[in-house]
Amino acid sequence: MEVLALLFDGFIVALEPLNFILIVVGVTVGLFIGAMPGLGSVNGVAILLPMTFLVPPTSAVIFLGAIYYGAMYGGAISSIMLGIPGASTAVATTFDGRPMARSGLADQALIAAATASFVGGTISVILFTMFAPPLAEVALRFGAPEEFALMLLAFATFIGLSGDDIPKTFFSILIGLVLSAVGLDIVSGEPRLIFFDIPGFFHGVNFLVLAIGIYGIGEILWTLETNKGEVEVSTLELTLKKFISGFFRLKNAISTMLMGSFLGFFVGILPAAGATPGSLMAYGVAKTMDKNPESFGKGNVKGVAAPEAANNSASTGSMLPMLTLGIPGSPTTAILLGGMVIWGLEPGPRLFTDQTEFVWGLIASLYAANLLALVINLAFIPVFIWVLRVPFTILAPVIFILCIVGGYAPTQDMHDVWLMLLFGVVGYLMRKLDYPMAPAVLAIVLGPLAETSLRQSLIIGKGSPQIFIDRPIAAAIMACAIILFILPLVKLISAKRKKSSSN
Amino acid sequence: MKTIRKMLLTSASLLALAFFSVASVQVAMAEFDPKKPVDFVIMAGKGGGADKMARLMQSIIEKHGLASKPFVPINKPGGSGAEALVHMNNTSGAAKDHTVMVTLNSFYTTPLRQPNLGIDISTFTPVGRMAEDTFLLWVNVDSGIMNVDDFVAAAKAAGDSWIMAGTGKGQEDQLLTDFLNRTYGLNMTYVPYKGGGRVAKELAGNNANSTVNNPSEQLGFYEAGNTRALAAFTGNRLELFPNAPTFGELGNEFIYYMQRSVVGPPGMSAEAAAYYQELFSKVFQTEEWQEYKKSKSLYGDFLTGQALMDYWMNERTIHEAMLKQIGEI
Repeated sequence: MEVLALLFDGFIVALEPLNFILIVVGVTVGLFIGAMPGLGSVNGVAILLPMTFLVPPTSAVIFLGAIYYGAMYGGAISSIMLGIPGASTAVATTFDGRPMARSGLADQALIAAATASFVGGTISVILFTMFAPPLAEVALRFGAPEEFALMLLAFATFIGLSGDDIPKTFFSILIGLVLSAVGLDIVSGEPRLIFFDIPGFFHGVNFLVLAIGIYGIGEILWTLETNKGEVEVSTLELTLKKFISGFFRLKNAISTMLMGSFLGFFVGILPAAGATPGSLMAYGVAKTMDKNPESFGKGNVKGVAAPEAANNSASTGSMLPMLTLGIPGSPTTAILLGGMVIWGLEPGPRLFTDQTEFVWGLIASLYAANLLALVINLAFIPVFIWVLRVPFTILAPVIFILCIVGGYAPTQDMHDVWLMLLFGVVGYLMRKLDYPMAPAVLAIVLGPLAETSLRQSLIIGKGSPQIFIDRPIAAAIMACAIILFILPLVKLISAKRKKSSSN
Repeated sequence: MKTIRKMLLTSASLLALAFFSVASVQVAMAEFDPKKPVDFVIMAGKGGGADKMARLMQSIIEKHGLASKPFVPINKPGGSGAEALVHMNNTSGAAKDHTVMVTLNSFYTTPLRQPNLGIDISTFTPVGRMAEDTFLLWVNVDSGIMNVDDFVAAAKAAGDSWIMAGTGKGQEDQLLTDFLNRTYGLNMTYVPYKGGGRVAKELAGNNANSTVNNPSEQLGFYEAGNTRALAAFTGNRLELFPNAPTFGELGNEFIYYMQRSVVGPPGMSAEAAAYYQELFSKVFQTEEWQEYKKSKSLYGDFLTGQALMDYWMNERTIHEAMLKQIGEI
């Protein structure tokens, strides 16, 4: 086991005093960066990149890796406590995390998020250690047709067996797809769907604008209506006993966490995907696999565990194409990549053999960061819970301001803030009409990826969809997707038959 | 602990130093100095040649403390750079003096192909040409293709099922593909991807049959023995790839370079333009940049001001002719 020896050496590097302190600082900073809406791991790593020139390259990347990991944990906090996705990777955590907090289970949701993050981080580090070279090969083989098949599968998990009203789910997905098509055509570069010639539409509709609008602003409106502005004070008390029983209640979610971890890692290693699609797909799969899919979106702990396991796992996964192929798997790793060039490390197929100390030091420190993030996060849970005791009259304006900042930060364009407010109102109305909103968010994230890969595949296949059948990996994924699409139909027919025979 | 304290002290004193130097400059003369972080727009996707270069420039600026405010890279790869060009054209107010863009040859081709975007590159502000990148013809080692003759034979036999991967439509890669198709009587299918990094990966993963990547994009796979350079679109053989002849040696001369330039939006103030021109000429002179140019076999001297504008106008004329030839405009 040469790999284990290398990993052990890596741990020695990670536990050097300077590196260890950098991990602790990085995780703490990352936790807060992740929890601030609009400030995701991308910004955190970008802002702190210059600081790393003061330390050796290995320590520098360890520090940035710790921020990355901390931010993955932190994103869940504002998703659960405030109902605003703290980072793009934590959008799926809002779906069930917020309903849990509303029904007094905030502690349970936070424990689930932290634990699932830890499981995801652990599994991904193990997968990375054991299978990095063959997995890099898989990522390499994954072409446009395979990518499209995977996207289709993701959509299928949201429609098939979802338990929601299927026509309404479909409608929600279509709205997301239309919004994702706004901007410039991917292949020809022609502008399209530029409503009223407003230049702000040229950069497309940022999905965080949609997510913060629907979940943040929509949430405020919803609470205003249900409580009529009355002061809402939660009486949640956190005792050690409750804390421990919170862990035991996670027993049911173990398989969900494992699924999320594996799926997240795999999606993470594919270039161009990253942790956000990974977490959304994990949510969809968790819902599809569950015996009781109707409970999702209403506060099912598995709906928190799946995306949180997946986004941490994917963040390690996206290091793989960066280190082995020199292609970043996520926006954050793209910035890390820039840092590596100036540190004099050339990412690419030879990095693993030429720079073993660096690679394994990074992997080991990711693991150390994962463990520390869990401890720090759990220690802070009582502080987070305190947020719930703040009266709504104070909390609402704070949430509102955070939403505005979160909508402005990614593109720094006021156009997006207005758009976000509009989405907030539309989202609130759709919620009143009982439309599921998660599929729209999924569609706007995956839409551009699906469109690009579909069009590339069709150019390669001379316009014939045959290409999806001719390529074995694509065909297998495609078959799964189609089955998932058809299943609800079969279920519907068989249910009807049962009804008529019992009559 | 000692190292940490030393580090904190160093960073604190550096901060103080930076603060005082900025303050003194402002007092001494009313020169331009960025008042907020500078948007560093990249006209291409992540992981490609332009992207790597932009991030290197950003890192050099940070490392040597050349600017008082950070440069924040933003990728705008949409529509062969159309997204980035429109963004630059639409900057207003303070953003005009706080936005610069890393461009490549789509700076000429995209406005030519899409006149409805309303982009006139002669209105943009020249900052600096940092390098000229070179192109080579690449295949996967698994294909067994050793030279251009093998390549022509294999591509001819495959007809339109031969996939040439490249970045964007009507851009550099497609112009070179068209040259190969015309000169050697081939019928390769051109598939556009976002970013040269992705293109390089498609070749290494055998999802494409050939590419015309820049050295910096393929170097990793080349050194790992995955891909092979067959010939170079340059005047002389490249030092890094001594076994790849030029197309001129093979009797079909075709010389084509990719500019790596920094450009400001139309209407940038003269003071700001002078500031960025000075800044990027400093970046050009750093050891890191010169080293990068050498290791990635980049050509070209630093050009700025009117000389850069003249270069652009000349290149635009050349590209207009090329695009007309392939029927793109």
